[in-house]
Amino acid sequence: MLYAILCYHDETVVGAWTKEEDAAVMAKLAVVQEKLAKEGRLGPVARLMPTTAATTVRKDREPPLILDGPFAETKEQLLGFYIVDSASLDEVLETAQELGRANPGGTYEVRPVLYLNSGNSGNSGNAAT
Amino acid sequence: MTEIGWIDAALTSARPQAVAALVRYFRDLDQAEEAFQEACLRALKHWPINGPPRDPTGWLILVGRNYALDHLRRRSKSDPLPDDEAISDREDAERDLVERLDSSHYRDDVLRLLFICCHPDLPATQQIALALRIVSGLSVKEIARAFLVSEAAMEQRITRAKRQVAAANVPYETPGPIERAERLGVVAAMLYLLFNEGYSASGGTEHVRAPLCEEAIRLVRLLLRLFSAEPEIMGLTALCLLQHARTPARLDADGAIILLEDQDRGLWNRDLIAEGLALVDKALRHRRPGPYQVQAAIAALHARADRFEDTDWVEIGLLYGLLEQLQPSPVVTLNRAVAVAKVKGPAAGLEMIQPLGNKLAGYFHFFGVKGAFLMQLGRSEEARVAFDQAIALANTAAEAAHIRLHLDRLMKDSRPA
Repeated sequence: MLYAILCYHDETVVGAWTKEEDAAVMAKLAVVQEKLAKEGRLGPVARLMPTTAATTVRKDREPPLILDGPFAETKEQLLGFYIVDSASLDEVLETAQELGRANPGGTYEVRPVLYLNSGNSGNSGNAAT
Repeated sequence: MTEIGWIDAALTSARPQAVAALVRYFRDLDQAEEAFQEACLRALKHWPINGPPRDPTGWLILVGRNYALDHLRRRSKSDPLPDDEAISDREDAERDLVERLDSSHYRDDVLRLLFICCHPDLPATQQIALALRIVSGLSVKEIARAFLVSEAAMEQRITRAKRQVAAANVPYETPGPIERAERLGVVAAMLYLLFNEGYSASGGTEHVRAPLCEEAIRLVRLLLRLFSAEPEIMGLTALCLLQHARTPARLDADGAIILLEDQDRGLWNRDLIAEGLALVDKALRHRRPGPYQVQAAIAALHARADRFEDTDWVEIGLLYGLLEQLQPSPVVTLNRAVAVAKVKGPAAGLEMIQPLGNKLAGYFHFFGVKGAFLMQLGRSEEARVAFDQAIALANTAAEAAHIRLHLDRLMKDSRPA
């Protein structure tokens, strides 16, 4: 089974880390990631930019409403995510709206990725191998 | 990170919002600060045992408010409120006592607190000092060190500034949209000044004071979190991030200035650049250009150039032209002249800056730029005069040293072979 581990923390606290503190945490995480990679268990790892860099697409209406800032409702739940390569915010917002036309309702939060380790697990199914 | 370290970080990050809310309750800066101080002490006592509350800011506001009310009641010999031991976030005991504070509540509180610091009668540096003390919670000692004055002098300045703002009576009602926009503009300008105070220090031996830049970025980010749809606040955040990204490359080991063209771009902080570029992208979607956005767009063009030779000077010249329209100033024209000179040569640049001589007679960079144009045109004697004037106006030792390098080169070139 593939699992997603979603990371939550207070971004003002993490953002206040010094460069050294941040690097120390990242180095400790890298050790764990390396171990997982050796075992062939590591899928993509992403660190996102702060929520101030986020844009939200509400696709529960037509045309969708594009808002600055992160998704802030608590009534809806996180059901999945995409990682796409885009040359600009406009392009990725267009992509989000295209996805929204395929699956209206709910919201997409579009957030730039600061760091991505694509991992080494080739597992693409949902069954344990 | 140790537990106490985590608590410390949480208290620091909660401070602007917590103090802002307490100021709204008490309508008094000193009382709000004291209440926050007390709440922090209690947090240091309780959090290591009970664990951190789910909403640290809400906890601090509530405990701070209760402490102050308790204090007042005790003074008036009436019944005390329940002990704050009872306020455990885990049992959601405070849910009945205080509304869950979300960003819409904090928004105007934080803006008001920052705006209070921007009293128009206070000189800009005192506005900044006051904001660092009250909003950021830096100690007087730290602020004094940042401004290179004695602790006693800074203490006096801040006390005087506090008295002045207390008398100003900034209204506590929720501001209307126009008033809010005005406050936002004033506060943004103050935060940019704070950033610049760190980015190119206005005096002393140190040319860059990174902690001031970092504090400015923290506050600007906070403002953007609260006012997430304001393109100018996006622009300001991007501008600070993109400029601060260059800090590791701006000075050499001896503290001498390294010009943009000579900087090792490998030292630029790529994470900050990526975030800055993302914010510029976000801001431009609004198609409501403003001075911070345009300056951020210029910084973005520098950041996007892998080598100095790759810089898009044509676009930068156009952006400075736009900035001149939005915010006419001889300094902006001077910067546009530098961009134009890169495309059309030093003669064109020199022609553009000639009319600025009167307005910028006391401006270090004017003579630095003028000297550089003259030097490129081979007019060594005039260049030397301009550089001498620049040195006389230099704000820091690094600025003066940088111009001396030009002079040395001129001297060498003019020596008979």
